Amino acid sequence: MSSFDRIIVCETPFDVAAEYAALQRGACADGACAMFVGSVRDFNAGNGVTQLALEHYPGMTEKSLAGIIADARARWGLGRVHVIHRVGAMQVNEEIVFVGVTSPHRQAAFAACQYIMDRLKTEAPFWKRETVHAEDGASEERWVDARASDTAELEKWA
Amino acid sequence: MVKVLFFARLRQQLGTGEVRLENFSGSIAALRDALCDQNPAWRAHLCDDNIRTALNQELVATDCAVAGGDEVAFFPPVTGG
Repeated sequence: MSSFDRIIVCETPFDVAAEYAALQRGACADGACAMFVGSVRDFNAGNGVTQLALEHYPGMTEKSLAGIIADARARWGLGRVHVIHRVGAMQVNEEIVFVGVTSPHRQAAFAACQYIMDRLKTEAPFWKRETVHAEDGASEERWVDARASDTAELEKWA
Repeated sequence: MVKVLFFARLRQQLGTGEVRLENFSGSIAALRDALCDQNPAWRAHLCDDNIRTALNQELVATDCAVAGGDEVAFFPPVTGG
């Protein structure tokens, strides 16, 4: 793992402004910074979502993310790479995931940010469980199903 | 001793997150069959084609060999991000 990598799996909310500052401050050789932030949506598969819980596989999660970042570094010249992922209970509109990449030029930063997210979505051992409004007005919990479209996204990196 | 972990929907379906197997050697597929022989109700869930397998925290195919001290995990397709 490069000393310019940061991987955080946390139960508490994170502050995107602070994370941008941590990523960009002092990265003087890098003129480009690309970030992706994923948040909890208020709907899924036709139902209103009121809460989300994320389970993960401690140990494998960090190992998986480190491997994905190492592969991104092998493809592009990158400066800093920070990946943050929430686990546990979270509310609608809260941030779930942050991927931030710096590079001397924008093309590498954009591409690496997307590559890391595409791999994370299909490989990193996280599982979402959502609380939704059922049709009869009651609340119910259900595991979120994986999407074939996420796997299809990986083909562009083959 | 082999440590076997289950996650997410599969953990709930099996009613446990972890089991330990003494004196096992063979492939992950054989380990899965041994577990299903001990717990016939697990077969429908554990042998589902969608279930992913990890050996020592890396994704692998089910023909991988397992030895004492290894950690094996079974889980549904991931849904993070």
